[in-house]
Amino acid sequence: MKAACWFGKNDIRVTNVPDPQIVNDRDAILRITATAICGSDLHIYNGFIPMMQDGDILGHEFMGEVVEVGKGVTNLKPGDKVVIPFTISCGNCFFCRRDLWSLCDNSNPNATIAEKMYGYSAAGLFGYSHIFGGYAGGQAEYVRVPFADVGAFKVPEGVTDDQVLFLTDILPTGYMAAENCNIQPGDTVAVWGCGPVGLFTIKSALLLGAERVIAIDRFPERLKLAQEAGAEVIDYMEVDVLDELRARTSGMGPDACIDAVGLEAHGITVDQFYDKAMQLARLGTDRPHVLRECIFACRKGGTVSLPGVYGGFVDKIPMGAAHSKGLTFKMGQTHVHRYLPTLMDHIVNGRLDTTFLISHRLPLEQAAEGYAMFKEKRDNCTKVVLYPGTA
Amino acid sequence: MSYDTIGNRPEHVSGSDGQPNVAMPERIASGLAGVALTTYAVAKRRDVGGAAMALAGGYLLFRGVTGRCAGYTLLQTGTSDATDSENAVIPHNQGIKIEKVVTVNRPASELFAFWHDFENLPRFMPHLESVQVLDNKRSHWVAKAPLGKTVEWDAEIINEVPGEMIAWKSVEGADIPNAGSVWFKALPADRGTEVRVVLEYDPPAGRLGAAVAKLLGEEPGVQVRDALRHFKNLMEAGEVPTIDGQPHGTKGRSPSDAPQKRASGEDMGVATPVPVHTAAPEVVQPVL
Ligand SMILES: NC(=O)c1ccc[n+]([C@@H]2O[C@H](COP(=O)([O-])OP(=O)(O)OC[C@H]3O[C@@H](n4cnc5c(N)ncnc54)[C@H](O)[C@@H]3O)[C@@H](O)[C@H]2O)c1
Ligand SMILES: [Zn+2]
Ligand SMILES: [Zn+2]
Repeated sequence: MKAACWFGKNDIRVTNVPDPQIVNDRDAILRITATAICGSDLHIYNGFIPMMQDGDILGHEFMGEVVEVGKGVTNLKPGDKVVIPFTISCGNCFFCRRDLWSLCDNSNPNATIAEKMYGYSAAGLFGYSHIFGGYAGGQAEYVRVPFADVGAFKVPEGVTDDQVLFLTDILPTGYMAAENCNIQPGDTVAVWGCGPVGLFTIKSALLLGAERVIAIDRFPERLKLAQEAGAEVIDYMEVDVLDELRARTSGMGPDACIDAVGLEAHGITVDQFYDKAMQLARLGTDRPHVLRECIFACRKGGTVSLPGVYGGFVDKIPMGAAHSKGLTFKMGQTHVHRYLPTLMDHIVNGRLDTTFLISHRLPLEQAAEGYAMFKEKRDNCTKVVLYPGTA
Repeated sequence: MSYDTIGNRPEHVSGSDGQPNVAMPERIASGLAGVALTTYAVAKRRDVGGAAMALAGGYLLFRGVTGRCAGYTLLQTGTSDATDSENAVIPHNQGIKIEKVVTVNRPASELFAFWHDFENLPRFMPHLESVQVLDNKRSHWVAKAPLGKTVEWDAEIINEVPGEMIAWKSVEGADIPNAGSVWFKALPADRGTEVRVVLEYDPPAGRLGAAVAKLLGEEPGVQVRDALRHFKNLMEAGEVPTIDGQPHGTKGRSPSDAPQKRASGEDMGVATPVPVHTAAPEVVQPVL
């Protein structure tokens, strides 16, 4: 089959690889019909995620048709159309039972390595480095889905791939980021980053009752989408973000600040040059510019929610500010299984549209072009979806 | 949490109050120690030295069980009735102790039952090829050894408390003498069961001892921890997660020689350890 494989920084090639097969009883094999490139994939593409191996198949946002199931899977059959959460979860452990699916105890074959880095291992992830299990991803013609009995959600008839593909990751991620803010009537929520995650975060915050959402980015087309989603916007290239947020919140600060950017934050302030130097010198691994701004901007007693991914160490975090202001921090990979059924229902019943996000539809064979375009935000690129078998 | 200490043996065993003489987990050497050395030997040293290492593992275990080289009473009496407080005591400053613990989200009775059927052990201890239960005490064990060879011995259960603990050891005359114990404790508020395995052994002197000490000093108990993790995976999820046999592009930088189809490809990506790009801790991956 064909698959988008990683061969190093900025080097992704679609090559021929063997087809996947059933390994464990709870596996299923899917023929992929649609698969997206995520901001998280860009962290790999840009070389910031350790423990990638040459030839690893990328992709954690995918859906398709079941072609084979293991003998432990009785609720799926060949021909079923399904979407797959990007976190691999067993459904039975302490964490899965408490709806903390991305923290599953039983899905990372490399848990030993993850424990060395993080103390304890979170769930295995599709196509996301060997720290998270080294599972082959779904930017391919076929994929093996472990624990498919709890990790595959059927798509009802009459719904298109484009409508439900983002249930695999970014839609639940935006939703969880907003839910983590415990939004109360009258609240103002500030969202850094108007990429796919930021945009879904904006929609979710409004859905969950936020009075106002203020969105921050620098790309006009993304700011426009944020506005269309119902947010007020700030172009951080034009004004001082902290001053502007204070001014727009009656001098109080946003009730919640959401970092939908993560470890590769772009910036023009002094701390950013420091971060960049640290990263180049391999002294720090992440660039936490947005995280710092969130901490400073947030009102006292507010919440800082981090859907944006951090992978290693961050430097110069204003812990004193966070502590003296009594902030609450919420973060983590998304518990996709928890949110997927509800969000699916919103989509199927026409209450929620996600297709507005897709700017580029390409055959799988053009994955490399898709990555480059998404990274450089070329051609107003907001989200790339790849369709295997359409070249 | 794990407790790997080298040195003092903290307590002695007392069976005089009618309790099993293995009443504390720390007090029993474990057959899992066989995992530590024999698996290491298989995984790392595919040569004659590896075979020697596998045997050395057995020797260590033998010493651990006996407390001294063929000395103390655990092996001599081989029962839980022994009341001698010297049972299984390793001389001060000589023992190596490995203790591993994991939480399993299943009832203790179920975990006990699964472990008690020793024929299940190879499903989570990858160094074992098979275990055949002979009767309600005795079993026959076959472990993988280097060069495709196997090592075999008979073991017997020397102590058990239903739903709580099992202790076993190889019978006298085994090629690789060994012993082990596992302890199950129900946790409060539906949190499942604490499963604790303890190993203890007494390194031999001389060159062999030095080699073994070096080896165990680096990662004592990695194999034991992995075995416990696999036990948890099996009991909670019904299977051990793996990526063995999954597809990937060629692991060299050039994809030109990538396999075309499953049937024709030699490179199935199976069991070929590949260096990773960052300095990862070296881990002996058990082959399940
Ligand atoms: N927690 C999860 O489970 C989860 C799931 C999916 C994605 N993510 C993470 O969410 C983050 C965003 O993903 P995405 O797909 O939207 O990526 P993306 O790269 O498309 O979007 C990031 C946006 O942040 C903007 N940005 C950069 N620096 C900024 C700054 N200083 N201030 C304001 N905006 C800034 C960029 O211009 C861009 O529009 C990534 O870190 C990704 O890894 C997390
Ligand atoms: Zn994603
Ligand atoms: Zn789980």
